[in-house]
Amino acid sequence: MSMVGILQDKDRIFTNLYGFHDWGLEGAKTRGCWNGTRDMLDQGGPWIIDQMKNSGLRGRGGAGFPTGLKWSFMPKEVRSDRPHYLVVNADESEPGTCKDREIMRHDPHLLIEGCLIASFAMQAHACYIYLRGEYVLERERMEAAVKQAYEARLIGKNNVHGWDFDVYIHHGAGAYICGEETALLESLEGKKGQPRLKPPFPAGAGLYGCPTTVNNVESIAVAGTILRRGAEWFAGFGRPNNTGTKLMSLAGHVNRPCVVEEAMSIPLRQLIEDHGGGVRGGWSNLKAIIPGGASCPVITREQAETVLMDFDSMREMRSSLGTAGAIVMDESTDIVKAIARISYFFKHESCGQCTPCREGTGWMWRVLERMAVGNAEPSEIDLLLDVAGQVEGHTICALGDAAAWPVQGLIRHFRHEIEDRINEYRSRKGSFQGHAVAAE
Amino acid sequence: MSARRLAKDQPKSFAFSKATMKTAEWWIAKYPEGRQQSAVIPILWLVQKQEGWVSEPAMAAIAELLSMPKIRVLEVATFYTMFMLEPVGTSALIQVCGTTPCMLRGSGELMKVCEKRIGPKDKLSADGRFTWQEVECLGACANAPMAQINDYYFEDLTAADMEKIIDDFAAGKSPKPGPRVKRQTSAPEGEPTSLTDAKLYDGSAAKPIKSLPNAAPKAKKKKEPA
Repeated sequence: MSMVGILQDKDRIFTNLYGFHDWGLEGAKTRGCWNGTRDMLDQGGPWIIDQMKNSGLRGRGGAGFPTGLKWSFMPKEVRSDRPHYLVVNADESEPGTCKDREIMRHDPHLLIEGCLIASFAMQAHACYIYLRGEYVLERERMEAAVKQAYEARLIGKNNVHGWDFDVYIHHGAGAYICGEETALLESLEGKKGQPRLKPPFPAGAGLYGCPTTVNNVESIAVAGTILRRGAEWFAGFGRPNNTGTKLMSLAGHVNRPCVVEEAMSIPLRQLIEDHGGGVRGGWSNLKAIIPGGASCPVITREQAETVLMDFDSMREMRSSLGTAGAIVMDESTDIVKAIARISYFFKHESCGQCTPCREGTGWMWRVLERMAVGNAEPSEIDLLLDVAGQVEGHTICALGDAAAWPVQGLIRHFRHEIEDRINEYRSRKGSFQGHAVAAE
Repeated sequence: MSARRLAKDQPKSFAFSKATMKTAEWWIAKYPEGRQQSAVIPILWLVQKQEGWVSEPAMAAIAELLSMPKIRVLEVATFYTMFMLEPVGTSALIQVCGTTPCMLRGSGELMKVCEKRIGPKDKLSADGRFTWQEVECLGACANAPMAQINDYYFEDLTAADMEKIIDDFAAGKSPKPGPRVKRQTSAPEGEPTSLTDAKLYDGSAAKPIKSLPNAAPKAKKKKEPA
């Protein structure tokens, strides 16, 4: 087989990504998991945090906050009445994102090992992994893997690593908002998933009011391999400030949709052509790409020619790497309808706590549905942009922003399509109907 | 937001089965003392597995079990959309993902099949055996379009696949979840583009590491984290 992509097999962390091999403890050990874990812990918590900082790992859940730095925010002293917690965010629910699922069902021990390392570094003796409720198979797999780890005394009381440590699997029940870290904590405490005001940040007052760090599955699952192979090894992939390897996925109009681990900063076009078998109908048939999950503003074919799969390059295109779960759309796509469906998603998933989001997401969706058929006023395009700007940045959590960005991206690049559709609708109607009905 | 309300017709009572209660206790034990409310979502789910849906008497029983106000259980049950607040099909609850990545690959066709075979969405079929719904992103976008049926994911579906799956459930069979095209989970169809190096799997990665990269030279004895 000819070499494709940038990353070589020998440098892949998730070596059972597709589940071709044993997901269990024996298989995981054969592939290098749990190798040298005790030695890592023997180096001490500050060493672990330093290594993570040096690796340049940025959070893999979408926001890209440096993981080692996040770990360092936890209090240095543990008060007896306020134990520390690690909470792993496995509430993967952003449209386009389907990577953590592969870790949990096929490489669960890498995640458990990472939980131990991270918890030790932050002096936590307990970790909760919060899976989205729909991931039933993934939850069963995680429970089974945790059981194996207890039985082999890799975790638990008096384990071979010398750090008493419990892992608990928890689950939600269908609410995208619980991927927001404070909503997740509310949900884990048995409440509605409504985000908390910050500050206090979770490192000060998180789960049950105790110091807590919430990390994405992938961020935690790569920790063991980073320490085993060295921070420099990990930092050797990708551009500065965008280092490492990363699970990426291709959905939508590619010939071979897939999840794959690649080097950060791989050109998006190369990712699509090497791993995804190219755009359906060829590159010239590409219309647009949502690069990293539904909240990331759409980019055009021209932008996709040169953009790299990293944080900085995506930012230069006024979009975002997010979780690197790309949604590819070919020329057959009704782009207004595609974004309207994303707006519906955010409307459906708004927790209802903040007015700009609760009302704004529904308003934007209703206007977009009308625009998708052309039943709108040209002036409503600017009105929509204005409303999106009013939602963005005016809510407790980032769901408001996430709902506004795709709409802004659509108007930035495809305003002419909306205008054409409005004109077409009017010419079809034959006569001008007067001011269109306002959204409720 | 999705506005969700309790069903008009509610049973008079609810009782935990022995198995449900045993698993509920296992869940409660996962949380620190006094934090048993954390188990409310998992226990609502267990009850749904037992009864097929979540009734008002069941919520009251859960509230009592977890020593929490009934209204808090009701809030949770109505907030989280996986909780069915009225009876659903006994053979299959089909939840088709309708969000953009699945929409781009034909989820609309799957929903047409469901409508034709089962009836309008969110309504129990006439024979009481099927319910279908359009749900939001299920996080399997590289295997779109897909549907969650009862507990598991059926992926890379065509309209014909959906017909066949409904036939199978109607005939009392248990069709196999996973992709319906020739591929392993989320690997690309056809020739693999990664993970073909046999050295990854020959055990060489399990050989003891002499010294970790960047390890301090005298790291033999165990240190407490500072």
